[in-house]
Amino acid sequence: MVIAIVLVLIVVGSVAFHMLSPWWWTPIASNWGYIDTTLVVTFWITGIVFVMVVLFLAYCVFAFRHREGHKAIFDPENKRLEVWLTVITAIGVAALLVPGLFVWKQFVTVPDNATEVEVVAQQWSWNYRLPGEDGRLGTSAVEHISDENPLGINPFDRFGKDDVIIEGGELYLPKGQPVKMLLRSIDVLHNYYVPEFRAKMDMVPGMVTFYWFTPTRIGEFEVLCAEFCGTAHGFMRGDVYVVSPEDYQEWLTEQDTFADYAAATEPEQDTQIAQNSQP
Amino acid sequence: MADLPHDTDPQLPPAEVADVMPPHAHSWWSHYVFSQDAKYIAIQYSGTAIAIGLVGLVLSWLMRLQLGFPGIFDFITPDAYYQFITMHGMIMVVYLLTAVFLGGFGNYLIPLMVGARDMVFPFVNMLSFWIYLLAVLVLVASFFAPGGPTGAGWTLYPPQAILSGTPGGAQSGIILMLVSLILFIIGFTMGGLNYVVTVLQARTRGMTMMRLPLTVWGIFTATVMALLAFPALLVAAIMMLFDRLLGTSFFMPALVELGETLSYGGGSPIAFQHLFWFFGHPEVYIVALPAFGIVSDLLAVHARKNVFGYRMMVWAIVGIGALSFIVWAHHMYVSGMHPYFGFFFATTTLIIAVPTAIKVYNWVLTLWKGDIHLTLPMLFALGFIVTFVNGGLTGLFLGNVVVDVPLSDTMFVVAHFHMVMGVAPIMVILGAIYHWYPLMTGRMLNQAMGHFHFWITFIGAYAIFFPMHYVGLVGVPRRYYEIGEPAFMTTPVEGLNAFITVAALTVGAAQMVFLFNLYWSSRHGRVAGSNPWKATTLEWLTPVVPPEHGNWGDDLPLVYRWAYDYSLPGAPEDYIVQTDPGPKTPAAGPL
Repeated sequence: MVIAIVLVLIVVGSVAFHMLSPWWWTPIASNWGYIDTTLVVTFWITGIVFVMVVLFLAYCVFAFRHREGHKAIFDPENKRLEVWLTVITAIGVAALLVPGLFVWKQFVTVPDNATEVEVVAQQWSWNYRLPGEDGRLGTSAVEHISDENPLGINPFDRFGKDDVIIEGGELYLPKGQPVKMLLRSIDVLHNYYVPEFRAKMDMVPGMVTFYWFTPTRIGEFEVLCAEFCGTAHGFMRGDVYVVSPEDYQEWLTEQDTFADYAAATEPEQDTQIAQNSQP
Repeated sequence: MADLPHDTDPQLPPAEVADVMPPHAHSWWSHYVFSQDAKYIAIQYSGTAIAIGLVGLVLSWLMRLQLGFPGIFDFITPDAYYQFITMHGMIMVVYLLTAVFLGGFGNYLIPLMVGARDMVFPFVNMLSFWIYLLAVLVLVASFFAPGGPTGAGWTLYPPQAILSGTPGGAQSGIILMLVSLILFIIGFTMGGLNYVVTVLQARTRGMTMMRLPLTVWGIFTATVMALLAFPALLVAAIMMLFDRLLGTSFFMPALVELGETLSYGGGSPIAFQHLFWFFGHPEVYIVALPAFGIVSDLLAVHARKNVFGYRMMVWAIVGIGALSFIVWAHHMYVSGMHPYFGFFFATTTLIIAVPTAIKVYNWVLTLWKGDIHLTLPMLFALGFIVTFVNGGLTGLFLGNVVVDVPLSDTMFVVAHFHMVMGVAPIMVILGAIYHWYPLMTGRMLNQAMGHFHFWITFIGAYAIFFPMHYVGLVGVPRRYYEIGEPAFMTTPVEGLNAFITVAALTVGAAQMVFLFNLYWSSRHGRVAGSNPWKATTLEWLTPVVPPEHGNWGDDLPLVYRWAYDYSLPGAPEDYIVQTDPGPKTPAAGPL
């Protein structure tokens, strides 16, 4: 008896919490409104099923509770009912799956006009690389990593010379421009996650993963690592700014290229060699 | 056993295997310690699992203290926090749930429910427990090893699991973890082969497969799955152990760790994930299917009604078991595997929702027009249905690949899998203990303590995990030592986290009342007598309660009907036991 009331209260409480509580996702800042829509549709369909099943359960417990002289019916199977329930469930599931797969198709199909940004993760910071004037990123490999070449850019690849390098800093993105995030890690698994962009993908050492999106809102957003990467995982955060195309160009010109890096570090090397050879 | 009326009964097929008495214990040691009796092994398994489960429970308290009240408890460093979550997860999934359902309930119930005297290989069955105990001890030892246990997360993803940036990665924590898992799998395989062969070969006369109680179907299917799934984890554990100790590179690509180039190269971290989840997803159902089976029987007995759609329930169990082997990569949608795998695995994952939904409908329809006795096992069964429906439905979010993208690796996932494979199966375990405790001890568990335990556990667990979904929806990633108040949070989750922590501490404390009840009732509980719930299945029909060595006295029981002849029209009582040759089940039943 009490349990029937509690079951009803659980339904009422859950729905009320969903509708009234202040905890909801952060406003979107990318083109993936479709993902939000699919999620809301899923909330509706599953919510209705939850309410119906639990209320029906509560009704059964109330109506068929044991009383003196009450007896259960003998009812082993009901093929018609079982087939109907199966068909309705299959339709409900298909209604969730089909739109989901269409959106996934978009999610994994990068538009031709997307510009590339490489994110290089390491324990526990974010680095970035943008293609320079040639519009191409140079090749890279872990073997090339050194103090002067933190991202492991191939020094013999001419496409890499003009690549823009941002070591442990902030990323700027122009609003409205589709961007393909090329994701790379030099040590363990990481995941480049910005809640407002709705996208997410693991970064795996030894390979390059990706996702794409179009920033749609100017602002400052927080980057979080979303794949466990060791002791400081919870502190592996960064900032990404979505700005107007003009502000973006201005920011871009202030950044160092790989060639600048090499030039800036070379004299240091020279003095070291000089010092070593002094005695 | 030359009992003529039994042997010549024309209704039943002849016995295929001779009735052999299992070996008798000759000494105190072989009776109480190195016992070969499945019932005793079951209690050893369950006792060990509950003991290590308590460690897992305390670890969950500690991690919740950090999440609910960050910065207050100095001893919970980030390293310690990650060690807590890792060991909590591994203990609960493998060493508690798998061990209790298969080693505990499997050992106790399979021989009794199929009408066998014991498992078919009693000695191997005994070894199974002792190797499991050794696995648990190695796991516990890692808490005392230099550097402590591994903090790699229960998924143990390389490369971090065996590197120095993760607690226990460069010390012995991860090594002991992997060795313990290898031992567990060896021990389980010994038990698992026993359960499968016993169900297939040692059923008593008349006990056809389609007359088995769903409890046996659930445990049997889960065991077959475990025998197929655990080898994937075994090889993954061995390969990772080689990577860690011998310098192989199965899962290790070339990498630079904290400025130092390591000598690894050419391996694939994603290969580990495939092996892990090829085990890990069936593992969800290895825990769920026994729960499905047991809860079906609890509902039938306490609603005095046959399980609705028995044959459909059997096929759903087998179908879910088979399908669960082709859905594993839904744990890896954002792992960096080829994105086109998403289409395939989202489809298979959502298909598995159909047989699962059928099971839910059939449980609810079992109650329809029943005679529902609101006993403690029934209350826990109802608690199971609510939490399982809730957790199953959020699975439709995470299984649908594109909806998973924003939610994966957030607290939403944590809430989902705790609801569906934590709370729901534990509801069944608790209900099953209230149900079968009278058989194991001859006494009933105390009602007052039981009701207190049920209400706190059910409402409290729901209060923990329902709001936790919204912490994830806000965007809080899982495995975060401290989230703070980042700008993306429109409303801070601090208050909600504190609430969840208080609920978790309360639910944990209520389990102590349950443990006390287990002890207290074994001495002072009401004497149960035989078959206190008026059930139909064989385990309640032993000549002596609790059942003795060999289970059945002189003659094995003979089975004339399925397990669900409750409230048969015209029958004098509302149940007919499986050994009753009396009135035939009406034609609609599958017999």
